[in-house]
Amino acid sequence: MSEVAIRTERPKSAAEVLALVADANAAGRRLEVVGGGTKRSIGAVTGAEAILSLAGLDKVIDYAPEELVLTAQAGTKLSVLEALVAADGQMLPFEPPHLTGLLGSKGEPTLGGVLAANLSGPRRIRAGAARDHFLGFEAVTGRGEAVKAGGKVVKNVTGYDLSKLMAGSWGALAVLTEVTIKVLPAGRTEVTLLFFGLDDQRACEAMSLAMNAPVELSAAAHIPPAVAARPPLKGEMAVTALRLEGFTASVAARAESLGAALKPFGRLELLDAEHSREFWTQVREAQAFHGDRRPLWRISVPPATGWRVGEALAGEALYDWAGGLVWLLSEEDPSTLRAAVRALGGHATCYRGHAPAFEPLAGPLADLTGRVKAAFDPKGVLNPGRMG
Amino acid sequence: MLMPVPDAALIARKGEIVRALQKIVPGEGVIGDPSGLIPFQSDALSAYRQTPLAVVLPETTAQVSAVLAWCQANGVKVVPRGAGTSLSGGALPLQDGVVLGMAKFNRVLEVDYANRCAVVQPGVTNLAITGAVQADGFYYAPDPSSQIACTIGGNVAENSGGVHCLKYGLTTNNVLGCELVLMSGEVVRLGGKGFDAAGYDLMGVVTGSEGLLGVVTEVTVRLLPTPQTARAMLLGFPSVEAAGACVGDIIAAGVIPAGLEMMDGPAIRACEDFIHAGYPTDAEALLICELDGPEAECAELSAQVVALAQARGATTLKVSGSEAERLRFWAGRKAAFPAMSRLAPDYICMDGTIPRRQLPHVLARIGELGVTHGLGVTNVFHAGDGNLHPLILFDADKPGDLEKAEAFGADILRLCVAVGGVLTGEHGVGVEKRDLMGEMFDETDLACQQRVKCAFDPDLLLNPGKVFPRLHRCAELGRVHVHRGKVAFPDLPRF
Repeated sequence: MSEVAIRTERPKSAAEVLALVADANAAGRRLEVVGGGTKRSIGAVTGAEAILSLAGLDKVIDYAPEELVLTAQAGTKLSVLEALVAADGQMLPFEPPHLTGLLGSKGEPTLGGVLAANLSGPRRIRAGAARDHFLGFEAVTGRGEAVKAGGKVVKNVTGYDLSKLMAGSWGALAVLTEVTIKVLPAGRTEVTLLFFGLDDQRACEAMSLAMNAPVELSAAAHIPPAVAARPPLKGEMAVTALRLEGFTASVAARAESLGAALKPFGRLELLDAEHSREFWTQVREAQAFHGDRRPLWRISVPPATGWRVGEALAGEALYDWAGGLVWLLSEEDPSTLRAAVRALGGHATCYRGHAPAFEPLAGPLADLTGRVKAAFDPKGVLNPGRMG
Repeated sequence: MLMPVPDAALIARKGEIVRALQKIVPGEGVIGDPSGLIPFQSDALSAYRQTPLAVVLPETTAQVSAVLAWCQANGVKVVPRGAGTSLSGGALPLQDGVVLGMAKFNRVLEVDYANRCAVVQPGVTNLAITGAVQADGFYYAPDPSSQIACTIGGNVAENSGGVHCLKYGLTTNNVLGCELVLMSGEVVRLGGKGFDAAGYDLMGVVTGSEGLLGVVTEVTVRLLPTPQTARAMLLGFPSVEAAGACVGDIIAAGVIPAGLEMMDGPAIRACEDFIHAGYPTDAEALLICELDGPEAECAELSAQVVALAQARGATTLKVSGSEAERLRFWAGRKAAFPAMSRLAPDYICMDGTIPRRQLPHVLARIGELGVTHGLGVTNVFHAGDGNLHPLILFDADKPGDLEKAEAFGADILRLCVAVGGVLTGEHGVGVEKRDLMGEMFDETDLACQQRVKCAFDPDLLLNPGKVFPRLHRCAELGRVHVHRGKVAFPDLPRF
C-alpha cells in the first residue's frame, strides 16, 4: 500500500456522520473509522479512501450518578469521562486501558474506541468487560442508515443485544455516534497483596486459589522475573499481585483472610492504596513492554492455563486476569504461536508485528461472521481489512 | 395477538413430517398424537395457547442438527423450548410448526473450579447448576424466580435476570460460551472458558435472542465463590417517594446491594396475608435490601443503610439476625405473584424498566391509568435497577376483562418508554410485547435487527412470529437499503 495522504473527515454531529457514510456507501468508497486514532496500528485498515474521525463528537449527553448510567457521544475522551465520574465517587467498572504508551501512539483514546475494541483492564475478572457495561448506542451502519439499539437504563432485554455485537467489532459493522454505559461506585480504598519468587505455574495456582476464595478479588497479575527486572518495577524476582477494593473495614477483613489462605505461597507484602493504584496502572498499560519493538501479542486463554503460554512459547510474558490475559513479546512464527494458543483453548491478537491482527476464523463460524458483516456493511465500506 | 398465517399445506403433511422426525430421533422422541401435544400448548404466558404440529425431543447435538437441517430443507418452522416458563410467550407453539424440546439435554458435563466455570447441557435447570457446585462453595449467580424449573438454555435465550442481577448481572454477564446449532444444521462454538473470544461477540447477541437465531446445545457458565455472609433488611416507609429517595441514597453512598426490592402498599398487604413474612402492613412502601460479602462488610453497610433509611423517615427497620430470618424476609417477595390470587382471579405481569428518578411519577400515573381502565394494580419492583413489575388484576371469566388488562399493560409500557425506559427488563419481548416494539424502535432500527436474524436464519423458520411486529422476508430487507439510496442531508459538505 502506498502512503498517500488521505483526507480526514471530521463530522461534528451524528447527522454529518450519517451523510458521510451514506455517501460513501452509495459510491462504494471505503472509510477508516477512528476515535482518537490511538489503536490504528492494530489490524491496520487497507485501501481506505478517507478517514472518518469521531473526535468532533465529544459531548457528554447525560450523566446520572444515582442511575448508574452515562451517555456520551462516541468521540468523548476517556480521560474526560474518567475525571467526570471520579468527581462523583464513581468509576468506569471495566477499567479501560489506554495503551498509548504500549503502542507508541499519539492522541487520546475515546469511549467509542474502547467499546468498539472491547478493551478492559485488570478489573475485568471481577466487574466484567467493556461489553458487559455497554447498554445501548446510536450508530450509522455501513449501509448508511442511522440506527439505535439497547437502552439508557441498566436492565433491558428489548430486542437483540446489538451493543454486544458492536463491542469488539473494531468499527467494522457500524460507526458509533452515541453510547450509553453502566458506571459503578468506585471502591473507597484498595490494597494489593504481593507474593515473590513464584514460577509461572505456581503463580497461576495462587491466583486461582485467590479467585476461588469469597474475597471479591478485583485484580490478579503475575510478572515473571525477566519482566519484573525491567522498568518501572526493576525488581529482582517474580511478583504476583492480588488486589482488593471496597469499603475500608471490608478490604481489611478480606486482606487478612486472603493472606491466611495464601500462606503456603510464602512472604507477603502489602501495597497501600496509593501504591496499589500506581502498580495496577502499570499492569493495565503493560508498562514493562513500553518502548520494546519486538512483536507483541495479546493472548486470551482459560486463566488456569495461562502459565502454559509462557511454557510453550519463547519470549517474555506478563500475566493479567488471573492468567487469562497474557501479553507476550515473542519472535515466534505467528502460525506456530497461534496453533499453540489454540491448543490451549485460546486465541491471539497481534498488537505489533507482521501477522494478521485477529485470529483467523474457519468453517461455519467464518461464514456466519461474514453474513453478520454483510448484514451491517454489505459493500465493505467500514474499516476494510481490519476484522476481515 | 396475530400469529403468522398457518400454512395449510404443511399441516396436511403432518404424517410425513412426524415420520421423517422419527427417523432422526427414534423411540419416544417424537410426539404427534393430539393428547400428547396438550402439555406443550403454552408456556407461562398461558393466556395464549396453540397446539403444535408435533414435538420432537432430541438427545444429542447430532439429532438437533439433523432435525433443523431437515426442517430447513422442507420449509418447516421450529419453536425451541426449554422448560416452558417464559413469561412473554417465547415458547408459544405454531399450528404449522414443530416444537423442539430440549428437556433431555439434562446433564452437567464438566465442573472446572480452576477456571470457575461449568459446562452444562441446556436442559439443566438454573438451580441445578448451583446444586452441583454449592457443596464446594460455589454458585451460579443469576436467579430468576422460576429457577427451580427454568432451564439454562431458556435463560440464555431470554437473557434472564433475577433479584440479584443488580450486583451480579444478567445471564449475558455470567455465560462464557456455548455450542449453537443454526437452522441450517451447522454447528458453531461461540466463546469458551477464556474471558473473551475471537471475532465478533456472537455469544453476546445470541444471549437474549429469544430462540430466533439458533438452538443452544451446550453452555459454559461462570461460577462464583459463595459469599461468606448474606443479610437482608426490611425497611418500611410511609410513602413510595420516601422509599424511592432511600434507594437513591443507598446507591449514592456507594453501596451496591446484592438485591434491592420494593413493594407498594397493596403488594405488601397481599404478601403478608398470604405468607406471614413479618411485613409492616401499615407501610405504603417496603424495601428489601440484601447485602452479601464478608461479615465485616455486611455489618458496616447494614448500619449505613439503616441510618439512610431512618433519615428518610422509615417506620420499620429490621435486619435479619439469622439465615432463617433472611429467607423469611424474602419469602413474601418471592410469593408476590401467587399472593395476587387473594386480590383477583387473574393477573398479568408487566416488566418495563425506567430511570429510577421517574418512579414516583410513573407509579402515580399507573394508579391513574388503573382508574381509567377500571382495573386494580399492585407494584413490585426491582428497585435497584429500575425494573418495574406492575401486576394488573382482572377476571378472565368476565368478558372483555383480559382485553382491558392488556390495553392497560400496553399503556404502562408506553409510559415506561416515554420516561426514558424500555419495554422489558428481563421477561423478553416474545409475543406479549411484540406489537409494542415500534414504541422503542423505528423501522430502520427493526430492519437492522432483522438483518441479524437473516444472517443466522435466512428462511425465517426459527421461532417466527416472536419479537418482531412484522415479518419481512430477508430479500425485502435488502431492498429497503436500495430504496433509501437517496442521500440524506444533501446540503452538508462532502468528501
